[in-house]
Amino acid sequence: MENLLSLFIRSIFVDNMIFAFFLGMCSYLAVSKNVKTAVGLGIAVTFVLVVTLPVNYLLQTKVLAADALIPGVDLSFLSFILFIAVIAGIVQLVEMVVERFSPSLYASLGIFLPLIAVNCAIMGASLFMQQRITMDAANPQAITGLGSAVVYALGSGVGWLLAIVGLAAIREKMAYSDVPAPLRGLGITFITVGLMAIAFMCFSGLKL
Amino acid sequence: MSQLFSKKNKDVFSSPLSINNPVTVQVLGICSALAVTSKLEPAIVMGLSVTVITAFSNVVISLLRKTIPNRIRIIVQLVVVAALVTVVSEVLKAFAYDVSVQLSVYVGLIITNCILMGRLEAFAMANGPWESFLDGVGNGLGYAKILVVVAVFRELLGSGTLLNFRIIPQSFYDLGYINNGMMLMPPMALIICACIIWYERSKNKELQEK
Repeated sequence: MENLLSLFIRSIFVDNMIFAFFLGMCSYLAVSKNVKTAVGLGIAVTFVLVVTLPVNYLLQTKVLAADALIPGVDLSFLSFILFIAVIAGIVQLVEMVVERFSPSLYASLGIFLPLIAVNCAIMGASLFMQQRITMDAANPQAITGLGSAVVYALGSGVGWLLAIVGLAAIREKMAYSDVPAPLRGLGITFITVGLMAIAFMCFSGLKL
Repeated sequence: MSQLFSKKNKDVFSSPLSINNPVTVQVLGICSALAVTSKLEPAIVMGLSVTVITAFSNVVISLLRKTIPNRIRIIVQLVVVAALVTVVSEVLKAFAYDVSVQLSVYVGLIITNCILMGRLEAFAMANGPWESFLDGVGNGLGYAKILVVVAVFRELLGSGTLLNFRIIPQSFYDLGYINNGMMLMPPMALIICACIIWYERSKNKELQEK
């Protein structure tokens, strides 16, 4: 239980998807112009992460790992194709389920849902998980079972949500400030994200 | 032969290198551009890998463009890209193991690199294989250019080396010069990238945003 809590906190603050690994940067920069849509996208990303990561975990441990499916055969070179297929398939599935059971949520997520299939945060989390499965269980980053895979997914998603809502709030205020012409738009956004990342670096000393 | 290198094809190849750069102008593929640039060597390898993959995925999709049903084109594109990335990743593991360890998950993340999907959707689905190949190489090199510039600054100022050769002489350190360790941290990649954008946009007023 303690391990899970520490993994959760670590994946939000220390191993933040945006500030430590720059994952999902494209949609992060494109959709952070106002807070409301940023919250929508953040929730969608968290949701898809929590659904896809356990599936990819089972795929990795039961099918792809060495000796898992057929003794003496290591299928892990197939992981890229299978992970991306799982992600694309699940995004499609989630889209259909949400549309059927909660039209209001579907309307508010809009085009973000299908776009998540090519969001690198999802693929990145799956690939990091693949690395972390092989880590020593004493390592606080290690993923030891299905439970910790779900916790890692949730933590990464919440960290991403936090980052995008924070940036959107700053950009809403920044619309009123006088930025030098060549820096306007993309340039100043990069600098803002850089400063936010420096602020998040103070969490890296956290002993969990 | 003259048709292969017509004016239009030259533009297709050269515009992503400057005026239409995928990273600083189209804002695609930022994730990996920032994460692999703390040293020059992985940045060069990453840039070349992306160039190879964009070029060949553009050719494959361009050849298939008339047979792919519109509704499932994204999945088809993803599968083509994922297959090429798997090949590149295995080649890197076999011939440049140290670099592939440094690049870790970012090789796999080329699959979700927006430059690829962007070029496939915007160019390869509508143009012939040769133009698509040039467009892929151009965009890959445009991406590699930014990676190399960022990596040169970060490695030179952060470790005092380039490609692991010492550039800043020992006598500087004896006089009290200290490497800027901050440069090796992820946030500085963003800020250097912002400076490149700043420089490009102050030179080229058309790119400035309102």
